[in-house]
Amino acid sequence: MRLKENKLINFVIAFFIVFGLWQIIAMLINKPLFPPPYAIIINIFTTFQEGIAIHVVYSFNRIVVGLLFTLVIGVPAGILMGYFKKIDLVFSPIIYFNYPIPKIALLPIVMLIFGLGDLTKIVMIFLITFFPVVVNIRDEVKNIPEEVFYPMYSLGATNFQIIKEIIFPGILKALLTSLRIGIGTAISVLFFTENFGTEYGMGYFIMDSWMRINYIQMYSGILILSVIGLFFFILTDVLEGIFCPWR
Amino acid sequence: MSGGPQMIKISNLSVCYKNVDQFVKVIENANLTVKKGEICAIIGPSGGGKSTLLKVLAGIIVDYSGEVLIDGKKVDPKTHRIGLIPQNYGLVKWKTVEQNIFLSAKIKDGKNNIDMDFYEKLLKELKLKDFVKRYPSQLSGGQMQRVSMARALLLKPNVLLMDESFSALDAMTREDVQKMFLEVWDAHKVTTILVTHDIKEAIYLAKDIAIISSSPGRIVEVISNHLFGCINGSVDLEYAHINNKLRKILKGDKQE
Repeated sequence: MRLKENKLINFVIAFFIVFGLWQIIAMLINKPLFPPPYAIIINIFTTFQEGIAIHVVYSFNRIVVGLLFTLVIGVPAGILMGYFKKIDLVFSPIIYFNYPIPKIALLPIVMLIFGLGDLTKIVMIFLITFFPVVVNIRDEVKNIPEEVFYPMYSLGATNFQIIKEIIFPGILKALLTSLRIGIGTAISVLFFTENFGTEYGMGYFIMDSWMRINYIQMYSGILILSVIGLFFFILTDVLEGIFCPWR
Repeated sequence: MSGGPQMIKISNLSVCYKNVDQFVKVIENANLTVKKGEICAIIGPSGGGKSTLLKVLAGIIVDYSGEVLIDGKKVDPKTHRIGLIPQNYGLVKWKTVEQNIFLSAKIKDGKNNIDMDFYEKLLKELKLKDFVKRYPSQLSGGQMQRVSMARALLLKPNVLLMDESFSALDAMTREDVQKMFLEVWDAHKVTTILVTHDIKEAIYLAKDIAIISSSPGRIVEVISNHLFGCINGSVDLEYAHINNKLRKILKGDKQE
């Protein structure tokens, strides 16, 4: 409990240090290109409902659906590759071949296949988060000591029972870690993809504000996108506390 | 080895495994019988196939020649109730002590059919009541050993298989846990095979001691141990006699 309180206090201190420094630098520079944080926060509160909220909803929705696709396809794939050697032998080369491809370079192809709508953005988030999740989960399953499985084999446990009782709870930590890493990249990709074929989303909002030379609005968008990332980071921390208390 | 119904019967057991591109024989024509409700220790040098023999009995290794029967039927993990305590205990670190103990019975009989009275009894016998909500990483070696014992026993096994289960413990803890094991065994009389490389442990814990040769493993001799359950050294002369006999057999086998 005390650790949690300390974490919260540290978080608040870090927030004030960053914003304090930002405020001082903005006052020293004193140019519209670098507005002070208080002006940005006031702008967010005054324009959020009418101008920003819809973009937040679109971006948030794309991230959540993209991550859900990753979870639904990536988690079973990682578990099966980690547990069954034959599946790993077949699929590992495919994963290794595709993993290093910079996913952002696939955007034109994805747009050609899935069009300019939401699906392209969701597929891009899926592509960027899928590979680390699969590889991390596969490795985590392989790292479970053989002795843990022996008593299960001697009981005649089915593969489903072994996956449910041993493997799935055992990979949750690795899953949340890879999601935490993936979310940062997913938001970057989302920002980029939202500049094509849409008029909604934080990526579009930030670049549109930039083109209108509305720097306060642009910084508001960047700050909100950061808060979305922070939200997912905190969410994975909370989920880890709930599902991985053994750590 | 006379008298009493046979619980485990191993006849002409041979096990090979493939190492790179050649087959290595780990066990060759091993024969052993264990009576119902008794403890048999298997001792022998490292690499003699002791753990392999246990894996065959546990139904983990199925690729072998010969016959391995439990209660007159071919080993089958689905029909037999086999409690296995592997080296390093095999506890699941993301489950609490309670969840670990329930695991075997839950897999075999379903979540709703766990004998809670027996569970409470085991907790008391193995002095685990205070640790049920802890995780394995929060336990000492001796406590982990007792948890793995409780997990195997809650299953009400036909056969209990222990693979060097006491070897990782310090001397004092080992004595305590061994004593506790004998007390629990005495209350439930589960047919047990105990693999060990410790002669003292075999003499203390087993009624029969089977000596396995170095690779490929064969059961060289099975001796009856009437010092079973006696605290080490309490019957000095007899203890020395059996100890020397076992050493001679093991050394003789090494020189061969």
